Amino acid sequence: MNATPDRFTLAARTLHWLMAVMIVAMLFIGVGMVATVSARHEWLLAIHKPLGIAILLLAVIRLAVRLRHPPPPLPADLPALQKLAALASHWLLYFLMLAMPLIGWAMLSAGGYPVMLGDSLRLPPIFPTSPVAFAVLRHLHTAFAMLLFLTFLAHMGAALYHGLIRRDGVFASMLPAASPRVDGDGEEVDADNAGRLSAAPQDD
Amino acid sequence: MHDPTPPNTPPRRIGAWSLIIGIVVIVAIAFGYVGGWLAPHRLTPKKLVNQLQHDAGTFAGYRRNHAKGVCVVGHFDSSGQAQTYSVAQVFAPGQRTPVVGRFAIPSGNPYAPDSSVPIRSMALRFALANGQQWRTGMNSMPVFPVATPQAFYAQLQAKQPDPVTGKPDPAKIAAFFAAHPETAAFRAWAKTARPSASFATESYWSLNAFVFVDAAGRRQPVRWRMVPEASDAGVARTPGGADYLAADLTERLARGPQRWQLQVTLANPGDPTNDATKTWPDDRRTIDAGTLVLERSAPQASGPCRDINYDPLVLPAGIEASDDPLLPARSAAYADSYLRRTSEEAHLPGTTAPKPETSR
Ligand code: HEM
Ligand code: HEM
Repeated sequence: MNATPDRFTLAARTLHWLMAVMIVAMLFIGVGMVATVSARHEWLLAIHKPLGIAILLLAVIRLAVRLRHPPPPLPADLPALQKLAALASHWLLYFLMLAMPLIGWAMLSAGGYPVMLGDSLRLPPIFPTSPVAFAVLRHLHTAFAMLLFLTFLAHMGAALYHGLIRRDGVFASMLPAASPRVDGDGEEVDADNAGRLSAAPQDD
Repeated sequence: MHDPTPPNTPPRRIGAWSLIIGIVVIVAIAFGYVGGWLAPHRLTPKKLVNQLQHDAGTFAGYRRNHAKGVCVVGHFDSSGQAQTYSVAQVFAPGQRTPVVGRFAIPSGNPYAPDSSVPIRSMALRFALANGQQWRTGMNSMPVFPVATPQAFYAQLQAKQPDPVTGKPDPAKIAAFFAAHPETAAFRAWAKTARPSASFATESYWSLNAFVFVDAAGRRQPVRWRMVPEASDAGVARTPGGADYLAADLTERLARGPQRWQLQVTLANPGDPTNDATKTWPDDRRTIDAGTLVLERSAPQASGPCRDINYDPLVLPAGIEASDDPLLPARSAAYADSYLRRTSEEAHLPGTTAPKPETSR
């Protein structure tokens, strides 16, 4: 095993893409259901709650994976400001994927609602009944959702920037190990790539 | 190791940048459309609640409709008869379920005189022993004026007071009724209906259809109503003053608990479940699910019903929503109204704090 891997572990990559789909879906489901009076409000909410709790469980696992397996280092030549932005936005994403479902659960508890994940599956309340707490948490649920969406947009833009413009292996580090790597096989090796990928010439 | 020539020539960069920006913009636009910001014609819960405020005024801390009311507390004793059709624990034989309820009159104005409308409402929250809940809001009439949220919105718009006269424009209301023949049954009822002198002498209808689900998973569309035991005063007495309903209730409860029978009507195949303007034929089977016993009342400003959102889609296992389009619209709009009044309760920035008030 090499000291500096060039990819996220299989567990990290799997969790990343699975949760990317789930979280983006949750954002669309969330804003879609509160903006309609049709039956969509009901069936989207019926998906929203169990899917949100599933995200909470996966986020806990993901955080553990992240703490046990540090990610591959960013390219050495990446400007310090971009490194900082990458680091800060990743931790913001972790924070929000844990906070959003907890706030959703807590706000329903505070509102005195039974937290139903299905016809009869009910979670216990995690917050005492309080209209004041309900209002604060419910607004926080919206504000954090908007922050999560903006962070996701920036994250997606940055990933594409790494993949299409810098071509420095950062994007590939989240792809399956079998996928072609920009450095290896006759494709042009660019200056930016070299910094990250030459550090890890191992096969996995 | 370092290749001195930059591999990304300017034209390719422009293409790549356009692709990146294009993807980000498309995702953002899709989000804006789904979230309604880019779809201004969609009827949203916010629009409905705003229109309620345009019609009745905005009163911080109060419900945006049925603003004037009173809390009640009691329990429900199940007869066991509904258990054949629904597994809901509240219907188990001999089961007693605590209830927190609220009587009210329609309108978003908490100072409306009790005699201003012939309609009264009863909302109940059953707290089942298994932790599930059943919430229901019922009105004292057998049919609803409209069948869809869109028509309800149009009706609210037609009733909005004219800025000059301060009163609804009769021509607009007439035009609304002409365009909505489904309101005929309700109007026929309203012609003879008189404001009752008491909450306790009224029947309260679910109006919307629901679905009972039995232990085998069989689904039976139903409607329910609460039928009062008290029948004395009725509509004959002309009460004085503007606020007689709460006082009447307190007086009656001081003499003893007030009771209603929960009657559940079973639909025949083909009976409309998506149209609250139509009653079902009289010969439909009705079962007596149990007795609602209300023991005491409390002012809504301090009572236990204040912070309850009587969302009709908070349902226990064994009761489900029907395809009635009013149900999801109610659920969504009540949530919006609940957020507005709890935000005011919480004195959040941008909200008006509720006035200290005794009769809320
Ligand atoms: C089109 C969608 C997405 C793409 C293309 C994408 C791509 C990537 C890439 C390439 C990385 C590696 C960054 C690096 O090594 O510096 C990454 C990391 C990460 N992604 Fe995504 N991602 C997407 C969606 C999401 C979503 C929706 C979330 C969750 C909200 C998310 C959360 C994260 C987090 C937390 C990391 C940091 C991992 C760590 O450093 O521990 N991603 N993503
Ligand atoms: C990753 C997790 C989650 C995300 C991204 C998310 C996102 C959202 C969004 C975007 C909205 C619309 C906010 C608005 O525009 O006002 C929303 C509303 C809501 N969410 Fe979540 N949510 C999550 C988890 C949960 C969980 C776990 C629950 C409950 C168990 C929950 C319950 C609700 C409720 C009740 C509403 C409001 C529905 C209404 O007012 O009609 N959410 N959520």
